[in-house]
Amino acid sequence: MSDPTPSGSSMPDNPRLAELRRKHGRPPQAPGAEPPQITPRDSQPRFRGLESGHRACQGCGEALAARLVMESAGPDVMVSNATGCLEVFTTTWPQSAWRVPWIHSLFENASAVASGMEAAMKAKGKNTKVLAFGGDGSTYDIGFQTLSGMLERQHNVLYVCYDNEAYMNTGVQRSSSTPHAAATTTSPAGKERMGKRHLKKDLLSIIAAHHIPYAAAASVAYPQDLQRKVRYAMGIEGPTFLVIHSPCPLGWKHDSCLTIEVARRAVECGLFPLVELERGAVTNVMPIRKPRPVRDYLELQGRFRHLFAEDPRAEEEQAHLQALADHNIATFGLTGDAEDPADTGGAALVHRGGPLASGGF
Amino acid sequence: MREALEGSQAIARAVTLCKPDVVAAYPITPQTHIVENLSELVAEGDLHTEFVSVESEFSAASVVLGAAAAGARAYTASASQGVLLMAEVLFNIAGLRIPLVMTVANRAVSGPLSIWNDHADSMAVRDSGWIQLHCVSNQEAVDTTIQAFRIAQETDLPVMVCMDGFILTHVMEPIDLPEQSEVDAWLPPFVFDRALDPSDPKSLGMMVTPDYFPEIRHAHHAAMEKALPVIEATDRDWEASFGRACGGLLTVEGDAGARVGILAMGSTVGTLRAGMAEPGAAPARLITLRAFRPFPAKALRDAARGLDHLIVIDRAISPGAGGVVGLEVAAALAGHPDMPRLHNHALGLGGRDIPETIYADLIAAIEDTDAPGFSVFDADLSKLAPEDR
Repeated sequence: MSDPTPSGSSMPDNPRLAELRRKHGRPPQAPGAEPPQITPRDSQPRFRGLESGHRACQGCGEALAARLVMESAGPDVMVSNATGCLEVFTTTWPQSAWRVPWIHSLFENASAVASGMEAAMKAKGKNTKVLAFGGDGSTYDIGFQTLSGMLERQHNVLYVCYDNEAYMNTGVQRSSSTPHAAATTTSPAGKERMGKRHLKKDLLSIIAAHHIPYAAAASVAYPQDLQRKVRYAMGIEGPTFLVIHSPCPLGWKHDSCLTIEVARRAVECGLFPLVELERGAVTNVMPIRKPRPVRDYLELQGRFRHLFAEDPRAEEEQAHLQALADHNIATFGLTGDAEDPADTGGAALVHRGGPLASGGF
Repeated sequence: MREALEGSQAIARAVTLCKPDVVAAYPITPQTHIVENLSELVAEGDLHTEFVSVESEFSAASVVLGAAAAGARAYTASASQGVLLMAEVLFNIAGLRIPLVMTVANRAVSGPLSIWNDHADSMAVRDSGWIQLHCVSNQEAVDTTIQAFRIAQETDLPVMVCMDGFILTHVMEPIDLPEQSEVDAWLPPFVFDRALDPSDPKSLGMMVTPDYFPEIRHAHHAAMEKALPVIEATDRDWEASFGRACGGLLTVEGDAGARVGILAMGSTVGTLRAGMAEPGAAPARLITLRAFRPFPAKALRDAARGLDHLIVIDRAISPGAGGVVGLEVAAALAGHPDMPRLHNHALGLGGRDIPETIYADLIAAIEDTDAPGFSVFDADLSKLAPEDR
């Protein structure tokens, strides 16, 4: 698998995109003004599809993930957004943080609306890529059927699930993506219960069973890896799927300055493996050289606080979660010999490893 | 040119004449023949459209929503449970003011399960903010379908074309289908000025706080009221081009001087016409309601003026209240002088056959002064246990 050309650098060839770039780019300098300092960042293709100034909470993983996705997806897109935090904090009439055409219809139909948008583009002979966004509630649960239908019909849509592992917009209720033993407002910990009683749904395997061209997991802690995955998906004609682990300080009950740290530990302990699948087969994994104990991930978050009580059940649940992480590490062959990609900046450049991905780049 | 066509086949051909960019549908009796015929037209290359075979009616409605929002002329069709499964999306389509067209092959709603005709499905979504037009015959259904595409884009409102399941959808009639060139000249290309477009990005379906919500609802209501003259004008314009009309908002026929009126929607009107034409039949003024939403209250008052009695036929009931059309008619006439006494009867629920003799029976029932204001007229109560009567 090779990294396709970023959609940014080759864009000005397309006159319409050049016009968009003029329209949304930096304003022209006044005559005689000092030329602006050009930093390496300025020379990078950056398109702000999602503007700042929206109403997301401090430390919101989803807001960061969505900004990164939009930067990589570029301006020639249209978005179908499910009901949820992302929809609410970026809009609220008459303001919108979106610089791309964007529609929100309902909680459970983002995939079907995207299917219609894509059909319209096809009918009109346009190449505008359709993106569909949803949280884990709308992806794993209520919108699961429309997502499966969209994948089965092979619509040329990139679906991005911002996975913060509960219904955050309605006040942190359990979803089928909530990890085992996590406390939410509908799976609280108490004398009789140790949080959620069921496992986090293995959505990626179900998606992979649709044998779509590309499905991957990403994390806000590894932004370059995330953006590479978006660019790769954007280059594919057909349905693609990306699930992005996006911590929610409010729901996970961690300090809002720890979003990236929490997300990184989820990957490093093996609970959220960053894998890539093509046509249902694993083609790449983010290696973990020295897996951290799951405990390091849990201890930062209030939703797992009950697992640190003096209680044999708490120990049992911690051991259970550790077993799940170990299972992921074994299944995907996450451990290797090289250095651990702790540096997020270099993550995208890290050589991919693992026994299942020996043909990786 | 007149052709012998099944109702569903005629609808598929009419939709084809309107050149939809996107069609999405899910099969449900009695709408299936429409979808099958459309699929066949696509397979034969007679209809160039993106046909999306979805996994549910919920997705069918969502797909056409997305397609129309992206600037495509879009069409879907459904019935009964399908309409109810779509309900959430139907409200959303109308609330977002997205113009598209749907055929409802009217069917009863479960339970108990019935695949046969009544109006419970479209009535269940009457408050969704869609325009709802009812058709008496397959010719009207064909003509109304083409008109609906024009009404939708002129008003930025979705239009539901209601035709009785089986009674119309599965019946062969000689149908006069317009030529493609005539429809091309009559129906302008689809334009949606809020369409999603990367060169002019807009946000659709944003969250709205109480600061703006009542204004948006008011605008929707006002748009529905303003659609009344558009529906009338479109039908007049159709008549000017094709020599036949579909009944505007409502039509009045029969004996203008009669003291008794009968109001009905859909194919029931054909049965009543036949009953009225029988030798020796009592005279009556027959009011055919075509536009149920927006509701033409003023036109109805004009049509009912001078009557002593108005029999309102319903094909759907609101249990605990009465006939849906009956309640609407009562509300429209209330407080106005010279309005007739209402007799509201549900007929033909769940596909119960409505015979021509019903006309005489309905008029005779006026004399029964002890009758309740509403009845399921053709229910045989002897089939029920005494405690259920």
